[in-house]
Amino acid sequence: MATTDEEVKKPLPQRMQDQVSQITESVQSSQAWNSIFRPGSIFRKGYTDSPRNRSYVIMNSVLYHLHPVKVKRHAVKVSYTLCLGGLSFFLFILLTVTGIFLMFFYRPTAAAAWNDIYTLQNSVTFGLLVRNMHRWAAHLMVLSVFLHMARVFYHGAYKPPREFNWVIGVNLLQFTLLLSFTGYLLPWDQLALWAVTVGTNMMGYTPVFGEQVRFVLLGGVEIGTDTLLRWYVLHVLLLPFVLVIFMAIHFWRVRKDGGISGPL
Amino acid sequence: MTEVPEHLRKRAEEARAKAAAAKGADAPAPEAAEQTPEQAEAASKIPAHLLERSRAAKAAAGGGEGGGTATAVATEASAAPVAAAGGPVATGPGGHTQRLLTVVKSGSIQDVKAVPQDKVHTWPHLLVVEFAAALFITAFTLIFSIFVNAPLLELANFNQTPNPSKAPWYFLGLQELLTMFHPMVAGVTIPGIGLFVLILAPYIDRNPSPKPEDRKFAVSLMTVHLMFWATLVLIGSFFRGPGFNFVFPWEAGLFFEL
Repeated sequence: MATTDEEVKKPLPQRMQDQVSQITESVQSSQAWNSIFRPGSIFRKGYTDSPRNRSYVIMNSVLYHLHPVKVKRHAVKVSYTLCLGGLSFFLFILLTVTGIFLMFFYRPTAAAAWNDIYTLQNSVTFGLLVRNMHRWAAHLMVLSVFLHMARVFYHGAYKPPREFNWVIGVNLLQFTLLLSFTGYLLPWDQLALWAVTVGTNMMGYTPVFGEQVRFVLLGGVEIGTDTLLRWYVLHVLLLPFVLVIFMAIHFWRVRKDGGISGPL
Repeated sequence: MTEVPEHLRKRAEEARAKAAAAKGADAPAPEAAEQTPEQAEAASKIPAHLLERSRAAKAAAGGGEGGGTATAVATEASAAPVAAAGGPVATGPGGHTQRLLTVVKSGSIQDVKAVPQDKVHTWPHLLVVEFAAALFITAFTLIFSIFVNAPLLELANFNQTPNPSKAPWYFLGLQELLTMFHPMVAGVTIPGIGLFVLILAPYIDRNPSPKPEDRKFAVSLMTVHLMFWATLVLIGSFFRGPGFNFVFPWEAGLFFEL
């Protein structure tokens, strides 16, 4: 038991450090751990920073393999993209997460909607905070998608071979506006009702089939509980679904068209 | 071993048979050798100027050892009958050993990258930037949301129209247009044409250069367009009061909810 005596003599922090590294060692060499983290993962035992492992980090990750293993050096510069496309995407994720939280407390009927929001703000833990985040992130997303479009235009990044990705991008901007607009009605307060009234009145002036468009969108001739249900489904399901498909094509085309544009 | 295309293989076989026939004719009468290649040359589809060149080269090299000069050439008749006959290498059909099959320009079958691109690993260079941006925007949204509450006015009431009634801020440009034009023009025609032109931008703008100095017109046009909408949105947001009349926000106060 000589070794034990020696260990006892070691100072406490040292012993704790030994214990931690011992546990880390055994966890990292377990079969379960190695079945979860694929080769090249930074969480595997003996990860070293090598070109091979840098490639594996991207290739072996379901999330990161949206990216190529290598990108143009100038594409990494924040001053070129201002991260606007990435921020739009990230805000979409943030909105999805906060939106799912809100869905737990919300019923899309004229009788319940406003009360649900009111209760959410006053009785649900973090309810007010999450609703605030959802609202501000939504406005930010409209802004960042718009600025992203301006950035792409000023860099001439819509020129061949990227023409079609620009078309998809403009559609994404429209879907973003529609998502924001459909969400605007859901709190069912005076602001929501009258903002949407103003907006949908304009749609009624679409030539030829204006009244029909308005009727379909409102689920009637006037805004009411049917409108609320309709816009709720559009907001939480249909538009995000379409948006995700368009985003997938958008990101895929970025890679197929040779990465981001430039340098100028 | 690469695959030999069918028509080339057939041609080679024909040439080989012809060469064998010529050899049979040559053996008894060496003087006639000058005659027979002439005929073989006429039969084969070798361009006259190439034949002329090959003959000149052969003459210069002393007839016998004049092979193996061209670059993209295939040894005619694959030297098989020659080896079988044990004769000199130079004696192919028509008296020449090699034939120019084709000249392949580099770039037509190989993708030669003239300029190697300067690239960096996505991990860590790009992912670190993305992570920082994601962290920043989350922190910003979170902190902003702690201090500023989203508006929740009183319950929707159809009998009480607020004055002014405003659309969401990104549609306030349209609402502003509504004060100047017929609703169909302001609400449908102008934004419709705007979006349509925006979508078609890459097909309208045929200028291939992305450099700002080469596309002053496109940049100016876009800037005017963006400023037009930004101005309308700002006026609609902050300079429109009760009855959607023009007011100064520092005098009449703000009539704006996000």
